[in-house]
Amino acid sequence: MRVVLTGNHAAAYAALLSRVEVVAAYPITPQTQIVEKLAEFIEEGRLKAKYIRVESEHSAMAAIIGASAAGARTFTATASHGLIYMNEMVFWAGNARLPIVMAVVCRALAPPWNIWTEHTDILAQRDTGWIQFFCEDNQEVLDTIIQAFKVAEDDRVLLPVMVGLDAFILSHTATPINVPEQEDIDRFLPPRKPLPFILDVDNPLTHSNMTYPDQTMEFRYRLQKAMERAKRVIVEVDEEYGRLTGRRYSGLLDCYRCEDADLGVIVMGSSAGDAKEAIDKLRDEGYKPGVVRIRVFRPFPREELREICRGFKAIAIIDRDLSPGLGGILYTETLTSLYDLGSRPIVQNYIAGLGGRDISVSDFKLIVRELYRSIEEGVETIPIRWIGVEGVKL
Amino acid sequence: MSLKIKDLPIEDYWLSGNPSCPGCPASLGLRLLMKTLGPKTIVVIPACCSTIIQGAYPKTSANFPILNIAFAASAAAASGIVEALELKGRSNVNVVVWAGDGGTVDIGLQALSGAAERNENIVYVCYDNEAYMNTGIQRSGATPYGAWTTTTITGKKEHKKNLPLIMAAHGIPYVATASISYPIDFITKLKKASKIYGMKYIHLHSPCPTGWRFPSSKTIEIGRLAVLTGTWVLYEVENGIFKLNPPSNVLIDRNKRKPVRSYIKIQGRFSHLTEKNIDELQRYIDRQWETYLKLLSIGKIY
Ligand SMILES: Cc1ncc(C[n+]2csc(CCOP(=O)(O)OP(=O)(O)O)c2C)c(N)n1
Ligand SMILES: [Mg+2]
Repeated sequence: MRVVLTGNHAAAYAALLSRVEVVAAYPITPQTQIVEKLAEFIEEGRLKAKYIRVESEHSAMAAIIGASAAGARTFTATASHGLIYMNEMVFWAGNARLPIVMAVVCRALAPPWNIWTEHTDILAQRDTGWIQFFCEDNQEVLDTIIQAFKVAEDDRVLLPVMVGLDAFILSHTATPINVPEQEDIDRFLPPRKPLPFILDVDNPLTHSNMTYPDQTMEFRYRLQKAMERAKRVIVEVDEEYGRLTGRRYSGLLDCYRCEDADLGVIVMGSSAGDAKEAIDKLRDEGYKPGVVRIRVFRPFPREELREICRGFKAIAIIDRDLSPGLGGILYTETLTSLYDLGSRPIVQNYIAGLGGRDISVSDFKLIVRELYRSIEEGVETIPIRWIGVEGVKL
Repeated sequence: MSLKIKDLPIEDYWLSGNPSCPGCPASLGLRLLMKTLGPKTIVVIPACCSTIIQGAYPKTSANFPILNIAFAASAAAASGIVEALELKGRSNVNVVVWAGDGGTVDIGLQALSGAAERNENIVYVCYDNEAYMNTGIQRSGATPYGAWTTTTITGKKEHKKNLPLIMAAHGIPYVATASISYPIDFITKLKKASKIYGMKYIHLHSPCPTGWRFPSSKTIEIGRLAVLTGTWVLYEVENGIFKLNPPSNVLIDRNKRKPVRSYIKIQGRFSHLTEKNIDELQRYIDRQWETYLKLLSIGKIY
């Protein structure tokens, strides 16, 4: 079925198709339509689920943890301040290895108040033990949330998953998307298996009691191993979904015109579309750039990224986020992955689009041309460049 | 048809040999809780002394399912369990929160208030040892006026927050106070609570030898004195009807109540109190009683 949906409604439809059983959520701009739509589905009887109208995001995640520990398939959504407010429970869910799925509408943090897109909120959660996806368009939002349940609940994984979508650019922009048939999704995603460790009065277990130093590292080691296994599972699930619907997203990384490229633009989220358009134009001018869109930030696609970057002379890393005092978070993580490559490309970090500022096609063109010039002239790159900041030259 | 201790099952689900301090009221309370509610019970426990007394992984002192959860999160986590069980048709299970006073009257209050307003089907028991004991005796909103704690070394300047009445103000089906020293009253209230649908709140006064500075053999005695001096009042609010329970119901007459002095003089945490401080405590207790007597005269308060 082809319908016109906003990113938020695409997320709600994905939860509907995934037959989630317990939703607990608290409204925040620009996530509200996700939880409003789900409340509507549940009240109209289209979705047989419980909706817990909690009094905060901290409680939203706590309630979801309780429900998931009791064996239910669970979903929530938040953004920005809501995500940071629930941070304690986000860690709890990750360390408890509960297969929760959460949509995160990526939005800037105050002050000053700003409701537009930025990735600093979701990236601040990178160490919580959650798998993290970033989507390029609304179709991918819907498809990824459905895939996320399958990945999260896989015995080899058992980790919670966040699916990031950019505020307004995706959340509030309606585009035509394909909504799969319920029977197809039912075949793809059967009901959640009752695992041997759910809360059950006939099999009493103590969840998360105190653990001494001689045992705690073992839990973290297993979490790390689950993350490593998740890479493969994400690819498998994406392939299976592709066979079912005809749509797949090349697993962890989406590479655009990279085969013969000598320069790579690395991006996350919705601005990948503009980057691709810019690259097409630059190709017409005789340049040979490509775009690498990081689809999965955790587990970080280290090996896959190294493989791609081997062929580049230079890389432009676009961060719609900032770790003040260091620079872009994607930049840092990419550099870490490339450090021991035999011959490393020139790497340049660009901070762009914070607080919802546009990153335009011409910005990308400017960035790429400038980087080509640096290669030709052998100029030293400086660590961070700011795009479009008043008084700051590129 | 009042309950007797011998009516309780022999079986214990909260196991002995656990690492609680001698004279620990939390351990005693958990034992009574589980004896009363039985094995079809899931207990949610936030950070508190009861986290510790479960013992460390891979062992546990509990022969019933426990979900340990973050300090502020217990009522919300319990809500999630309740809803999941209802959805899956497993609603013949008691979902209980067992939380300290800090996790209830302070950091957990928002989540508790939300769950109460939603009337979630939970038995919430706050065992009130009147301070943050897990972290080494710091004051909480439930610490009484004058009490020494490590963050009120000259005595707390404010009075205790009256959480049971705050819970009653939510209009939930059942609110009760109880004391670890009156087990029959406590288990009767637990039994009643488990048969009511919706949010049930029981506030269990729990003298702590380690934190209050008294010998570990005196937990029960001190809990009794709290009630007999009228410092702690046993009552219940069932569907809005306020009722005093024995022995508090015979303490309406101020002269029947022992002076607060007899309760505080055997606790090290009050040893520095001046006559003026003691008078202030006594006045506070008398004022509280005036409130309870008014509620009693109204009868149905919501
Ligand atoms: C968010 C958070 N803040 C602080 C703590 C530290 N902490 C753990 S238990 C506790 C006090 C618990 O007090 P209470 O609820 O009265 O239970 P008790 O230990 O007295 O049984 C504190 C402050 C924590 N675990 N989490
Ligand atoms: Mg306490």
